[in-house]
Amino acid sequence: MITHTAMEFIKKKLCEGERLDDRKLKEYREIVIERGVGENAEGSARVKIGQTEVIAGIKMQVGEPFKDTPNEGILITSAEFMPFSSSEVEPGPPTVDEIELGRVIDRGIREGKVIDLEKLCIVEGEKVWTIFVDIYLVNDDGNMYDASSLAVMNALMDVKIPKLDENYEIIEGEFNGKLPIRHKVVSLTAYKVGNVIFYDPNAKEEEVVDARLTAGIRDDGKIVSLQKGMEGSFKYDEIIPTLRELKERGLEFIGKYVQ
Amino acid sequence: MSRKFIRNDGRKPEELRRPYKIKLGVVPRANGSALVQSGKTIVMAAVYGPKKVIPKHLEDQEKAILRCRYNMITFSVKDRKKPGPDKRSAEISKLIENALSNVVMLEEYPRTAIDIYLEVIQADAGTRVAALTAASLALADAGIAMKDLIPSTAAGRVNGHIVLDLNKEEEDVEDAIDLPFAYIPSTKEVVLLQMDGIADIEEIEEIIEMAKKGCDKIYEMQIKAIKEKYGSYLEE
Repeated sequence: MITHTAMEFIKKKLCEGERLDDRKLKEYREIVIERGVGENAEGSARVKIGQTEVIAGIKMQVGEPFKDTPNEGILITSAEFMPFSSSEVEPGPPTVDEIELGRVIDRGIREGKVIDLEKLCIVEGEKVWTIFVDIYLVNDDGNMYDASSLAVMNALMDVKIPKLDENYEIIEGEFNGKLPIRHKVVSLTAYKVGNVIFYDPNAKEEEVVDARLTAGIRDDGKIVSLQKGMEGSFKYDEIIPTLRELKERGLEFIGKYVQ
Repeated sequence: MSRKFIRNDGRKPEELRRPYKIKLGVVPRANGSALVQSGKTIVMAAVYGPKKVIPKHLEDQEKAILRCRYNMITFSVKDRKKPGPDKRSAEISKLIENALSNVVMLEEYPRTAIDIYLEVIQADAGTRVAALTAASLALADAGIAMKDLIPSTAAGRVNGHIVLDLNKEEEDVEDAIDLPFAYIPSTKEVVLLQMDGIADIEEIEEIIEMAKKGCDKIYEMQIKAIKEKYGSYLEE
């Protein structure tokens, strides 16, 4: 929680094009990527954007396919805010904010056809790989969407698929190659306060944000998902210019942070 | 874009589904209600409030709280839907709530709750946009102070053609794009925007343009429905 006066001040500064930490409106904080942060996960990554920290882990299990996709693996994404990630979080069942984060990140990966799910079929109609993508917000200093997306994409690229024995049981410590990744996708977010569009808010700036627009950007420059979030709005004429900025930044980030 | 292109249900690309129907007062017990039908998609909305907030600690001294529940009934889809909330319905409820908060004058009703219930009776794609269209009508029908109505529809791409108001068969086509959209006609504020599918920015530009035009048609129907029911009051 910050005071009303502080909020007014931050908002006024942003509307004048200035930020508390002297960044430009479109400037990100330092981004640090680290892969392999949990030995028991098939793949994992930690992303820090400034002081915001997200870890993502991938677990793989042999499961049954869905009836309508008998020859495809299954992707299940969820997100959790760790109770210590901010003073606002209460432990308990998933909140709608956690659900939305998980679903927005999932949509980028799924719609962008990041993983060749058909290659994760083991026995058609009977056994396929289920990929659990789990996102944990460790410390919330704003812009958890971008951090989560970078963490998930890096965790997916970190995956080593477990080897299976003749009974389709996982053989501990033996691996069978990487995930069949066809595309890289990052979901990036533009934030709006008053009439100003800016990027990568810290937690204090996020308190005054009216609306956000997240776009999934694929390595071939395609947009693969969109979501306007929060209570406020973007003007009709702002959408396309914002998407162009997001696309440019997305391609830059894929080159820099998803290798 | 070929003008001759005819869709699986005989529509032109820029046409809403037929019938596109709006009906007010479908739940007489509620303070306000509306039904929106777009082709085979049918959604009912009803409003209770402004009313006492339960539990009381959720009360806001300065404004009303808006609570929205989107739900699909078990036989609204081919395979019976498990009753109760799931992640998808939680997300949609929140998105609709967010969109509506831009038009409902919540400060007029401090320390109260306004509950909006949205029930999908029959689903053939486009249920969230029909729900949002119905929700703003139900709020107006309840006499709640609003800055504007919110018309909502989806547009997208099917087999390479940009089309309005996709049905389920169109949405399920390989390579389809679906973009649910809503805006406030009087201010041009976009209050719902989502997209599934793989698109170029140029295509998105065309799709939102088509969605906006579709919203303008729905907006006319919304106003007509309100005038038909309340016209005599408006003239006084």
